[in-house]
Amino acid sequence: MHPINQQAAVNRLNRRIFLGNGLAGSLGTMAASRLRAEEAGAPWLIPGIPKAKRVIYLFQSGAPSQMDLFDPKPKMEKHRGEDLPESIRKGQRLTTMTSGQSKFPVAPSVFKFNKHGDSGLWLSDAWRYLPRVADELCMIRTMHTEAINHDPAITFMQTGNQLPGRPSIGAWVTYGLGSPNKDLPGYVVLTSFGSGRPDDQPLYDRLWSAGFLPGKHQGVKFRNKGDAVLYLTDPPGVDRSTRRATLDRLAALNGLHHQSLGDPEIETRVNQYEMAFRMQASVPDLLNMRNETKETLEMYGADVTRPGSYAANCLLARRLAERDVRFIQLFHMGWDHHGNLPAALRGQCKDTDQATAALLTDLKRRGLLEDTLVVWGGEFGRTIYSQGGLSEANYGRDHHPRCFSMVLAGAGVKKGLTFGETDDYCYNIVKNPVHVNQLNATILHLLGINHERLTFPHQGLEARLTGVEPAPVVKELLA
Amino acid sequence: MQCILAPFVLPLMLAGIDPSSEAMVDFNREIRPMLVEHCLACHGPDEKARKADLRLDRLNLSSLQTDGGKLITPGKPEESDLIARLVHTEHGKLMPPPKFAKPLNAKQIDLFKNWIRQGAKTSAHWSFVPPLRPPAPSVKNRAWPCSPIDNFILARLEAEGLKPEPEAKRARLLRRASLDLTGLPPTPAEVTAFEADSSPDAYERVVDRLLASPRYGERMALEWLDMARFADSNGFQIDSSRSMWPWRDWIINAYNRNLPFDQFTIDQIAGDMLPNPTQEQLIATGFQRNHRLNGEGGLIAEEWRIETVIDRVETTSLAWLGLTTGCARCHDHKYDPLSQKEFYQLFALFNNVPESGTLQENRKGGNTDPAIEVMAPETSAKISVAESVVETAKTKVRAEEAKAPNQVEPWAAAEVILLGKSIWKPFEANTAVGDAGTQYSRQEDGTWLAKGPNPNHESTVVKAPVSGSLNAVRLVCLPDDSLPNKSVGRFSNGNFLLTRMEATLVPPGGSQPIKLTFGQALANYSQPGWPIEATIGKDASKGWAVDGPTRREPLEAVFILSAPTQAPAGSMLEIRLVQATLGGHNIGRFRLAVTDAPSFAVKLGEAGPAPEVVLALKTTADKRTAEQKKLLLNRYLASAPGALGQAKKELTMAEQTLKGLKDNLPTAMVMKEGTPRKAHILIRGQYDKKGDEVSAGFPSMLPSPPAGSKADRLTLARWLASPGHPLTSRVWVNRAWERYFGAGICRTTDNMGTQAEFPSHPDLLDWLATEFVDRKWDMKAMTRLIVTSATYRQDSKVTPEKLKQDPQNRLLARGPRFRMPGEILRDQALYMSGLLVNKVGGPSVRPYMPAGVWDETSVYGDLRNYKNDTGEDLYRKSIYTIWKRTAAPPTMLLFDAPNRETCLVRRGRTNTPLQALALLNEVTYVEAARKLGERMIVEGGNDISSRLKHGFHLTLSREPSARELEIMRQGVERDTQRFLRDIPGAEKLIALGEAKAKVGLIPAELAAFTLAANVLLNLDECVTRE
Repeated sequence: MHPINQQAAVNRLNRRIFLGNGLAGSLGTMAASRLRAEEAGAPWLIPGIPKAKRVIYLFQSGAPSQMDLFDPKPKMEKHRGEDLPESIRKGQRLTTMTSGQSKFPVAPSVFKFNKHGDSGLWLSDAWRYLPRVADELCMIRTMHTEAINHDPAITFMQTGNQLPGRPSIGAWVTYGLGSPNKDLPGYVVLTSFGSGRPDDQPLYDRLWSAGFLPGKHQGVKFRNKGDAVLYLTDPPGVDRSTRRATLDRLAALNGLHHQSLGDPEIETRVNQYEMAFRMQASVPDLLNMRNETKETLEMYGADVTRPGSYAANCLLARRLAERDVRFIQLFHMGWDHHGNLPAALRGQCKDTDQATAALLTDLKRRGLLEDTLVVWGGEFGRTIYSQGGLSEANYGRDHHPRCFSMVLAGAGVKKGLTFGETDDYCYNIVKNPVHVNQLNATILHLLGINHERLTFPHQGLEARLTGVEPAPVVKELLA
Repeated sequence: MQCILAPFVLPLMLAGIDPSSEAMVDFNREIRPMLVEHCLACHGPDEKARKADLRLDRLNLSSLQTDGGKLITPGKPEESDLIARLVHTEHGKLMPPPKFAKPLNAKQIDLFKNWIRQGAKTSAHWSFVPPLRPPAPSVKNRAWPCSPIDNFILARLEAEGLKPEPEAKRARLLRRASLDLTGLPPTPAEVTAFEADSSPDAYERVVDRLLASPRYGERMALEWLDMARFADSNGFQIDSSRSMWPWRDWIINAYNRNLPFDQFTIDQIAGDMLPNPTQEQLIATGFQRNHRLNGEGGLIAEEWRIETVIDRVETTSLAWLGLTTGCARCHDHKYDPLSQKEFYQLFALFNNVPESGTLQENRKGGNTDPAIEVMAPETSAKISVAESVVETAKTKVRAEEAKAPNQVEPWAAAEVILLGKSIWKPFEANTAVGDAGTQYSRQEDGTWLAKGPNPNHESTVVKAPVSGSLNAVRLVCLPDDSLPNKSVGRFSNGNFLLTRMEATLVPPGGSQPIKLTFGQALANYSQPGWPIEATIGKDASKGWAVDGPTRREPLEAVFILSAPTQAPAGSMLEIRLVQATLGGHNIGRFRLAVTDAPSFAVKLGEAGPAPEVVLALKTTADKRTAEQKKLLLNRYLASAPGALGQAKKELTMAEQTLKGLKDNLPTAMVMKEGTPRKAHILIRGQYDKKGDEVSAGFPSMLPSPPAGSKADRLTLARWLASPGHPLTSRVWVNRAWERYFGAGICRTTDNMGTQAEFPSHPDLLDWLATEFVDRKWDMKAMTRLIVTSATYRQDSKVTPEKLKQDPQNRLLARGPRFRMPGEILRDQALYMSGLLVNKVGGPSVRPYMPAGVWDETSVYGDLRNYKNDTGEDLYRKSIYTIWKRTAAPPTMLLFDAPNRETCLVRRGRTNTPLQALALLNEVTYVEAARKLGERMIVEGGNDISSRLKHGFHLTLSREPSARELEIMRQGVERDTQRFLRDIPGAEKLIALGEAKAKVGLIPAELAAFTLAANVLLNLDECVTRE
């Protein structure tokens, strides 16, 4: 093994050993982890103190309708029922759910829009609570993506690739920064079904997978039934002191074996068992809401007492943020409104509106919003034209990849900003497009990571989250 | 920092190489990796990315000119522009450019200088040229080697001043070999026998025994299943079930019967193209059909067909060539000399399968064509018997039919009286409304035809007045030219799936609506697995489907109420057709009717004969034309009363028996060559951006197939399996090495291209590769060769010196030890406890899994509401566990298994707290601990110590030390005392799992030994193969 030609491998392995095995999910405060990461020469760290220490990503699965929530299109009223002009559609491919439709009738939103807060941010009246925190929000109206069906599109949002096998953004972040909390996983996933469309859309393990990164960076999905973390509870009849005693025996025997065999991996395993034991206490403590005040619970809404609801998950997200968990991701299902959109959308807003606003308020008053980046959005947008019949009060909307809205808040983002412009039909981007990879690049930037440098060798390539094409950070969004 | 860098500093010190002195520089080992890492991104094979028209990935480096003169003047670094540019001080001239952020250090530049001074010799990338068999090097310690493998390893150790470890103790060696070859540890008896065997070939005979075990094939198949992305579900959004276990069994069987690797290769890539392929060879091609299939509503089929074909190219390249080809989908490969055009030439080889690109589920078990039915020999015998019964019944029917002409007249006389008396009344509604927005327009024949967008799920509501007695509803569905595939349903393939039939009676005057229940449902046809009865059940994941893609025929279903209902005058009946099981599977054209006829009179069959039959019946016998007579005879035969009816009934029963047998035949998806499709370069890899047309072909960086061979899949397979292929044999032996030593000789077993790590023992790799070919691709022979080497047999003790000198054990101065895959951890726990069921093959099984793993994130597809099996199927080897790609078995995922969505060559090997929780608390392991504790008590003698010793032998294949025994003994005593104070706690613990506890054991004692076993099963030594 000649040393020189191994230099690249040395660098990679150093990074891997420090960040892959040494830091993530293990010891040390944030500062210490930064220090060690920098010592290790992690080449992706941007010098200086990052704005965001952690992320709460409120993923709205199924694709919320941007023109019914965030992007007012008042001119559409006079085009009601007219066919979408070819000058607007410009040959955009359609899903086969509507490609057979002979007409594409423009469906103006049934929701009314108003300006809110000092910033005058536009929000529709589907929202009742979100307007109260309008000045915290940074609205991107010009997101665009490459996929047109749910599975590839949500995979693209999460991993930068439509096909499976890549690490998700949360895995990249814990790989890049490690995790300051020694008793909880660095990447936690919480899921909830939506009431707007209870049968949609499925989620997949791959969305929080570590892909080819070390397996410990995989998101840990907290479950809504049974053990929150798989196999957390000791078997029936085994109390804590009994478990402690078995672990002591285990450690003693492993220690003897280590003495005779000398493999340091044995010590690592002993440490993992100890961390498991601590998690058995820290997770129930995390989930125990008894210390929350009545006022806090009420702020999140009545759903907060129902485990597995979006509201309960929002409160849990705050508690995870308090415990310095690096990447917290909620997935709320049910935004795929091909038909009966007005009613379904109201259902989804009922699920998410109050709790989202409460989460921002709660984070702010605890000083957590300063270093927590909050992201709200789905995998693509929806069409201005109705899928199926159009009536005064009812319509549906098909998938639309060319433009959609996402909302940021918290650490390092420009408050009250509305960024980008779409055309009158909310079909094309007129100004300031933001590609999915750019959004991810910007999220990493706020965390102090240069997205072009955050790479991992995979099958002979230096793979990264944001793909091979340039994906500049959207500087205009930064405070 | 120091301990981290140590491994890389070490070889430098040991080898005594100082790059600044004039040691001979090896182009492939030292120069090429620098070119790849620092230069090829801009000066490589990718034409579009190439700068200054300078290409550095070929062998002609000495003849290249740059604007600064000659790139390289052999022998004269000072006259070589390459060196000038590497040390240039002027911004914009220095290479690599600083903004590329991959600078070369002084030592690296010295290497370039020395290489040029020594003549700047180049040679092709090592893995792209066929291996030449190197002689085994001579060694000082001639007593150590068992095979030439050991000469290669020892020669390097001696050069580095290291000594190998002595052979591991017999018990440890046997445990290692047993786990490596069968995935299970040895039994105490096997250990004792081996320890007592003093013959010189005792170990070799043990290896032969293990190689002959049927468990060998199951163990070998594990990695291949990851690579082949094998699963029991279709993947993507719906992720419904499929049936590919016959392929999985083929793989296990292929290893067990030691199919040579060349045939193993050819069968899986192109078995279907061999002359007269056997059923087995067809099943083998399932490798190329194990990819996911997308059935999401609204997708564009061609987009996903292209993805499927690309998946085949990438998977085949990774599995056999160890090459990553995916980047050439969009542009010429940046590092390997594979052009985008060549990628699509490979694509063309896989492009001719008759497939739509989307999930069709048109074959049994959720499979999608092309597929075959798989016939096991015993089924074949049963089918022949059933076929002869059918033949006999047919003869009888024909005999009865011969008598028919004499029977027609009296029958017709009776029939004419019944004319015009249908039991069905049309259900006359003004509208049919789709909840999800489907528009229904009324047709002249009274049917409703669906139009407009097809929603994911639909509930169709039809309301009409009814009065008087009501007993049954009839639904007729008809094909229509406007529907997909001109069939009956609205899904892209023409199928529909009726989830539920609902009827609600709304009495007049605002009384409470009454929900009617159905007691019986009949249909003239149901798709296998989707019976009509499901529409009156409660399970929303079930329903009635009709094979719309293939049948395209009118369908009739009748739904009989549980009890007749009286509808007061002025009532409305609301019928609701719920179509909510699969996306887009909605009914296209239908009509409804109701009847008050009693249940026994309600039958399938359109009421009333055709008009021409009516006319014939009404015509008196003597005036009927010959044609009318024929018509009536046919009608008589069809209605079949009397003895004819009886004979026909018997025939139907015989046919049903036969059909039942055939319907139960599993299917397997296979490859098939259909009409050749044109293949194009796809611009930026996008399915709808076609560039130049390309023909099938092979990459030019590798030796070509024999001249004159046809460029097709079979040639591809034979080319890969040809003895002279530079990659196939190297890739295989390198991965075999990885299995037994924890890392490949070339560590990047998933990439043997120019970006590969240079092998730790290149000569050994080539020697093994040639040996594999010389031994006619005999996989068992190669396995035997490796595991009987002295290198393999070394003890895995890690001394501080060796740890410091070679922490990753690349030089193999000691035996490797590493944590085993999740499958083996589960299997060995079951085995040690006596629970494991020894049965090879068959459909996948459902062991324990926490509730909700399948359901928490999906309400799609049929893989929901997981219920574990009971009995034997709880305790099969993990390779038989059902695998749903979007929610794979959690205890496997926790131990670094991939989700099997795409090809994976090399699993990670992490060590996490979640793994600890699984091994401590998951029901499988707790139940196994209890049964293991039970074995200790029942088989281990009467005192705690002897019982614990038995536990050590069962789990670790060895005697405990006094200290170990003491720690465990104290634990058992304390736990027994504790459980005696908490008998309910003990009873709860030993009640976990479905295996019954042996009668007569004391609960507190069994609970204490359960915990002792729990400790043993979690020991590092137990989860590690060492």
